[in-house]
Amino acid sequence: MSQPFAKLPAWADYGLIPLVNLAVAFLVAGLVVLLVGENPLQAAALMIKGAFGSGEGIGYTLYYATNFIFTGLCVAVAFHCGLFNIGGEGQAYLGGLGVSLVCLSLGNVLPWWLTFPLAILGAALAGALWALIPAWLQARRGSHIVITTIMFNFIAASLMVYLLVGALKPATSQAPETAGFGLGGQLPQLGWLLQLFGLQVRSAPLNVSFLLALASAFLVWVLIWRTKLGYEIRTMGFSPRAADYAGISQTKIIVITMMISGALAGMMALNPIMGAQHRMQLDFVSGAGFVGIAVALMGRSHPVGIVLAAILFGMLYQGGAEIAFDMPNISRDMIVIIQGLVILFAGALEHMFRPAIQRLFGRIAGSDLRAAPIATGESH
Amino acid sequence: MAETAIELVGIDKRFGLVHANRDIHLRIDRGTIHGIIGENGAGKSTLMSILYGFYQADRGEILVNGKKVSIADPNAAIAAGIGMVHQHFMLVENFTVLENIMLGVEGAPLLSRGIAKVRAELKRLEEDYELDVDPDALIEDLPIGLQQRVEILKALYRGADILILDEPTGVLTPPEADHLFRILKQLKEQGKTIVLITHKLREIKAVTDNVSVMRQGEIVATLKTADASVEELAELMVGRHVLLRVNKGEAKPGDVELAVEHLSVRDNRNCLAVDNVSFNVRAGEIVGIAGVAGNGQSELIEAITGIRRAVSGKVTLDGQPVDVTGKANPAELRRRGLAHVPEDRHHMGLVLAFEESENSILGYQDDKHYLKGPFLDIEAIRTDAQKKIGQYDIRPADTRLKTANFSGGNQQKIVLAREIERDPSVLIVAQPTRGVDVGAIEFIHRRIIEMRDAGKAVLLVSVELDEIRSLSDRILVMFAGRIVGECGPEAGEGEIGLLMAGVEKKAAAE
Repeated sequence: MSQPFAKLPAWADYGLIPLVNLAVAFLVAGLVVLLVGENPLQAAALMIKGAFGSGEGIGYTLYYATNFIFTGLCVAVAFHCGLFNIGGEGQAYLGGLGVSLVCLSLGNVLPWWLTFPLAILGAALAGALWALIPAWLQARRGSHIVITTIMFNFIAASLMVYLLVGALKPATSQAPETAGFGLGGQLPQLGWLLQLFGLQVRSAPLNVSFLLALASAFLVWVLIWRTKLGYEIRTMGFSPRAADYAGISQTKIIVITMMISGALAGMMALNPIMGAQHRMQLDFVSGAGFVGIAVALMGRSHPVGIVLAAILFGMLYQGGAEIAFDMPNISRDMIVIIQGLVILFAGALEHMFRPAIQRLFGRIAGSDLRAAPIATGESH
Repeated sequence: MAETAIELVGIDKRFGLVHANRDIHLRIDRGTIHGIIGENGAGKSTLMSILYGFYQADRGEILVNGKKVSIADPNAAIAAGIGMVHQHFMLVENFTVLENIMLGVEGAPLLSRGIAKVRAELKRLEEDYELDVDPDALIEDLPIGLQQRVEILKALYRGADILILDEPTGVLTPPEADHLFRILKQLKEQGKTIVLITHKLREIKAVTDNVSVMRQGEIVATLKTADASVEELAELMVGRHVLLRVNKGEAKPGDVELAVEHLSVRDNRNCLAVDNVSFNVRAGEIVGIAGVAGNGQSELIEAITGIRRAVSGKVTLDGQPVDVTGKANPAELRRRGLAHVPEDRHHMGLVLAFEESENSILGYQDDKHYLKGPFLDIEAIRTDAQKKIGQYDIRPADTRLKTANFSGGNQQKIVLAREIERDPSVLIVAQPTRGVDVGAIEFIHRRIIEMRDAGKAVLLVSVELDEIRSLSDRILVMFAGRIVGECGPEAGEGEIGLLMAGVEKKAAAE
């Protein structure tokens, strides 16, 4: 009798539970807003208007979402293999190095559509290699990947500071950033896409890497559910013993999965660096790697869920900035608190309401159905 | 004598769609041994978990000694005088017997007084019930039979008047089981009430006074054990007439298909689990390995199938060597005709979170038939799975259903179908009917014998002695990592039982 709870229908699992979590997060966030003497409803309206009320707002929301799609996919791919990759932050940072090296050397030579594939390759490769070391340590030495990837975030941060105040900084500059890229190192904006809907984008940095993020989400779906490699990754994630039994090499799968995961994180760097700033700045990742964990949890590690969750977090970032601007009592730090609450409820406490909802469904299902002949779990 | 120790009135419990207990009425007399028998999933464990406070019944009442009690958790059960010995022991392995017994009832922040009290009490219990265990021995150093005795002592120390034992003999050798029954009878004579949950009919006959039969969540009969025959109980359990004996013809052994020579394997703790084992299996015969669980059978199978590295030794499959000490790979061995139905269906043989069709290719995922380049050929996989579902009568016939939602018997059929339908030359089957309902057991046994009759070499590992004896053409007995004897299927249970307990017989065949 290993099934004390009813199995939830898919819409409840993927729709209802995230919505309940979200509602609670906003409720608590609303209380915080109330505490500092502002009207929470007004704040909510501001946030939604700021994020979706104008072409510019939507542009920013989707720009932020692009970052979170990449880092969310990074965490999700590793999840499917049973690995918790906390290192998206560092892998994305290193990805920036890959992008910058390609753009600095070729940005003045090649058109953007030739630099772009090379920059993707550079970003993915740098991110993958940064994930390779913890992966290898996990697979061959049993060092826990959570610990090693966290450590690698710090190493990445220090390394990049070292490079950005040294080798990568133009000799004449005082700022810890690379030189600006040539035209070939700049991605086209997606303003025309929103203009089709009659929206003005203005300064919003939404760019081609948003489309790359959507394509990556689709490819991750194909990888996980439609390829042999994905089958092996999932087997390993659900049951390492079954992987042994099936002759799947754990070492190989761990290393390959982590490199794919790292590559996805690395590709996040394309968006701010090649798409918006056209140079690499200190701390350009600014927490997107960690938000990716919440995005993957909330999106249940499914690419569709991840894209939706990423847009939600994009809204929080963009709308939050608007609130901070318009409500004097709400500082930027308050916005971070609200974002933190959403991460807490949607991500970390993802399973808090699950048992109650399952019981509820069990009761509803139990009252109008006879006992099913199947699903008598065994007791051992 | 006919005083009632426990009375259950109208106990009802659902888990979602599963109606685990339906309107259970049960009266257990004080000072008796009451057996509860039923197939896996019949609701025995659920009922006892309700009585012990792990689950709450949806409806119904529990009366202990005629008084209505509410048992919210195991502490309440203990307070009501109910103790439980679990199938899987709840002991701290690196604590001593004394520390385990004291755990949770230390009495004071400083242990010295508690220790003295436990020591005195242990001495008394030992004298009263012949339950002797060295109080200062570490649990991990004790054999399973003694560990179980510690569990019983734990319950008695907490003042249990009513003792529930859940499948207590699953891990014991026949002599150990006999000793346990002697202890239970002793306890009964001292006025304790014992509830024995089991699926083994023989035990019921051997030790109980009354027996209740459960089927699909209901108690279908409560009888005096003396009045019921084994056949009658089996029929009540399953709901129809069952064949307890397997019909099979003479074996016609051919060439050696699988040869194991001087194989030694270490377990996860790096202890020698398989110690210089040699045997072979011929085409057209079933070789059974009998033994109490944990005597190296698992490690032996894992080494032969390439899952675990062997320390030394040689294995030959179909005349060709298998690199068991080096690069042997399960996927490669499968291609060479070695099929493996593993003992741990839930974690090894299947991925429970997968759809049925996804499990139907586990281990064969490299097969060209299931792939289009790097992509899975979903259609081919589902068609193939659907075919096997028909051939093996797997229910429900849904290739897209999550494997966890199939019953134990149907899960095992998924594994069997996958392994047998590849037409292997050697089939290794471990615990083929563990957690499987009686109806499916017949089916599975028939398939295994069909494999033999088709000229395949079959190696069967089981802790169920009855299964080994009824299927095997030759029986090897494993104890402490070594093959301690070989006998024919006609050998008596007593003979094999002694070998299983490590009592080597001089006449045992080489």
